[in-house]
This record gives sequence, structure tokens and C-alpha cells, in this order.
Amino acid sequence: MKILLIIAGVLLIALSIAAGLIWVERRLLALWQDRLGPNRVGPFGVAQVIADTVKLLFKEDWVPPFSDKPVFIMAPGILMITILLTFAVLPFGPNFYVFDSNIGILFFLGNSSLGVYSIVLGGWASNNKYALIGAMRASAQMLTYEVFMGLSLMGVVMMADSFSFCTIVEAQKGGWFIIPQFFGFVVFFIAGIAETHRLPFDIPEAEGELIAGYHSEYSGFKFGMFFVGEYLGITLISAIIATLFFGGWLGPSFLPPVFWFLLKTFFFIGLFILLRASLPRPRYDQLMKLGWKVLFPLALINLIVTGAVLIFLK
Amino acid sequence: MNIFFYIAAVVAIISTIMAISGKNAIHSLLFLILSLLAVSVIFYLLNAPFIAALEVIIYAGAIMVLFIFVTMMLNVGIENKNGNKLTNPRKWIVSSILAAILLVDFILALKNVPASPSVDQVILPKQVGISLFSTYLLAVEIAAILLMAGVIGAYHLGSQKKKVTHRFLEKK
Repeated sequence: MKILLIIAGVLLIALSIAAGLIWVERRLLALWQDRLGPNRVGPFGVAQVIADTVKLLFKEDWVPPFSDKPVFIMAPGILMITILLTFAVLPFGPNFYVFDSNIGILFFLGNSSLGVYSIVLGGWASNNKYALIGAMRASAQMLTYEVFMGLSLMGVVMMADSFSFCTIVEAQKGGWFIIPQFFGFVVFFIAGIAETHRLPFDIPEAEGELIAGYHSEYSGFKFGMFFVGEYLGITLISAIIATLFFGGWLGPSFLPPVFWFLLKTFFFIGLFILLRASLPRPRYDQLMKLGWKVLFPLALINLIVTGAVLIFLK
Repeated sequence: MNIFFYIAAVVAIISTIMAISGKNAIHSLLFLILSLLAVSVIFYLLNAPFIAALEVIIYAGAIMVLFIFVTMMLNVGIENKNGNKLTNPRKWIVSSILAAILLVDFILALKNVPASPSVDQVILPKQVGISLFSTYLLAVEIAAILLMAGVIGAYHLGSQKKKVTHRFLEKK
């Protein structure tokens, strides 16, 4: 019974944050661009989210006749499933998690590598050249950034001596991992932006060049799933950064642990939005060059140095 | 545990059959991914969570994405023109005989080997790492050399001199 309540709580938190982010992002972008943003519907425009959801639900759900129908319908679902599954292994509080897996980080990496299929298959099944170009860019970009996304976390794993998220949070009681693992954090953060294909790394959907990239042909609720999936991805990456590098739910005891966890998560969500507001999109080859020639060696050096220091201190 | 094992095994077998009998290349690849995921579930049930995770990350997540990437680029997904050739029963004779011999061999071998004790304790990533870098060090290093050769080969094939395509910049 308790586990069902926790599952419902985790799903509720994740989905309501992701949906609410659509409004938060528009308001924050407006703030940084000296505009007002959506402020008409409800107090401060909060009900804009509900209006948008109702609009998406009532739009025509068009499946193109030239598409590969089963794959086209399946693709947005894969994105939602892989991201929501990862929330199961994240500890929201000391006893507030669905499943404390002893391969937690690997579970996250596996799910994020399965998430690539959603974008690739969505683009391919649309049978549209712009969607296909978007899908190809996405598969190359996400495969590249996955490699050192995993490598950058291995320093944390070595220091905590475990793949389990709960153990890693406990191991940070003496001090957050952001200080010894600063380069790991930098690499993971950049790889996280590329994995969620957010601006500045949104070249799979680059609306200036590719209409809407891989989801050009999607409409109605299926588009909504891609859209919410992107925000779920941001929430997930922010929550993982908070858990692995900033002590998760640890914090002064005058507030409940869940609050600290959500506060840290919201800080990184804000950072994601600020990056969107301030940075231009790099070219495709520049993105690849940055990945293989800067971040990959940095992740490897971080791994080797962490290992050497740990052996030296033993 | 048993019932989960049989569910995963049935899913793996059915999806593999669908993968080799389908005519649409991408659909076949998707069934193959499903089969790999089912095998990963079996590994997990056999108390090997680390291998289960690697199966998903490496096979289902990385290698199969490359397969799909290539299939997408070559655009053979929608219509496979060689599909009818494979359904010709004559093509199957030799391979079926060889597979049958292997199956008989396997069953006889299984009969003679004493049943291995089922692993009760969960094998954690740490134990796998320690045995990889002590007992199986040689195999790890050989694999590393093979991968290095692959990387150098790919670098050699992929590298090319910078081409100038603008007519004013061309050197005559």
C-alpha cells in the first residue's frame, strides 16, 4: 500500500513539475527578455498550462497516411516511458523512493540510451525529409554525448563505492561531490543538455532549418507527449545533478528533506532555462568537435585522476 | 522467479522469430531490440544485475541504434526487395541441417554436464570488475587491443584532406 502511494506521489511530482515548467519557462524567458509573458489566464497566468493541455487534447490527432503507422504511434510513448521509469530509482527523500536499485546509475544510463529510439523512430516513421534529417542528427548527437555522460559519473561512483542513488546521497554527508568532482559535473551538465536536446544543443529540432525536426509531422496529443517529454527530461537531468553532485535531499533540518531536493532541482531547471535564453545554437560539426575533442578527454582525465587520488589516500 | 523467467523467455523467442521473419528491416530491428531487452530481464532474474544493465546500455542502447542509423541512411527500411528470396525453402536446407546437428550436440552435452548450482547471491558490479581485472585480465586486454585497432582504422578511413569547393579558392 505504501509503495503505491509513493509511486503515485513520484509520478504526480514529476508530471506536474514537467507540465508547470511550460509556464515557468515562458515567464522566465519573458523576464530575461524584458517582456511579460503569459499573464492573462488565472493568477500570474498559471492556468495557461491547463488551457494549453486542453487545447492539445482537442486538436486533431493526425497520423500521416504516408507514415509507418505502428512506429509513428509508438515513438512518443517510448520517450515518456524511459524518462518516467528513471524517476523510480531517484530518492526524493530519506524514505521517499520507489526502488533502491544497486545498479541505479546504470539503470538511468540504460533508460537514457533507450530514449534515443523515440526521437530516431519518430523522425524515421514520419517519412518526411526534415524529420529524417532531425532524427539522424539526434542519433549521432545522443550517441556521442551518452559515452561521456556515463564516464563523467564514474568518478562519483568511485567515491561513493556504489551505483545506488540512495548510497551516493548518504556518502555526501561529509561534503557534496561538487567539490572533488567539479569536472565530472561540468561534463555531465553539458552532456545532459545534449541528451535532452535543449537549446543551445537543439539541433535535432532546430526550427530555423528543419521546420520542427523529428516531430514535424506530429500533432495533437502525440506532439504533447514529445513536448512534455522534453520538460520531463529537463526535470530528470536536474534531479540527477542535484542527487549526484549537490547532496540530494541532504540539507539543514528546519525544512523537510523533500523540500531541499526540490529546491536544488528547481535551481538547475532555472539554469537550463537561462542557458536557453542566453546562448546561440552551435553548428552540427562544432557540437561533435566539442564532444569528442574537449569533453571526452576531460571525462577520461577526471576518471583517471579520481582513481589515482582514491588509491593514494587509501 | 520461475514464472517471470518463462515470460521473458517466451517474449525473447517470439520476438527473435519475428525479427528474422519480418520483411521490413526497421521492424525486424525493433523486434531484435525487444529480444535483447527480454534477455536482459533473464540476466536480472539470474542475479546478475550488472550484466543486465550492460545488455541494455551496450546492445539495445548503442549497437542497435547504429544499426537503425545505417538502415535509415540506406533507406531500405520500407521495402525489402530480397524478402521473397529468403522464403524459398531450398535456401533453408543446408542451414537447417547444420542447426539440427548443433541442437542434437547441445542436448547431448547438456545431459552429460552436471547441473550447475544456481547462484543465490546477487553478483554486484564490484565483483564483476574485480574478476575482470584479475582472472580475466588477458581477455580484457586483447579486447582493448582489438577496439584500439578498430578506432585507428576508423580514423584512417574517416580522415580526409580539407576540400575547398569554392571556385575562387581552388588552386590550379
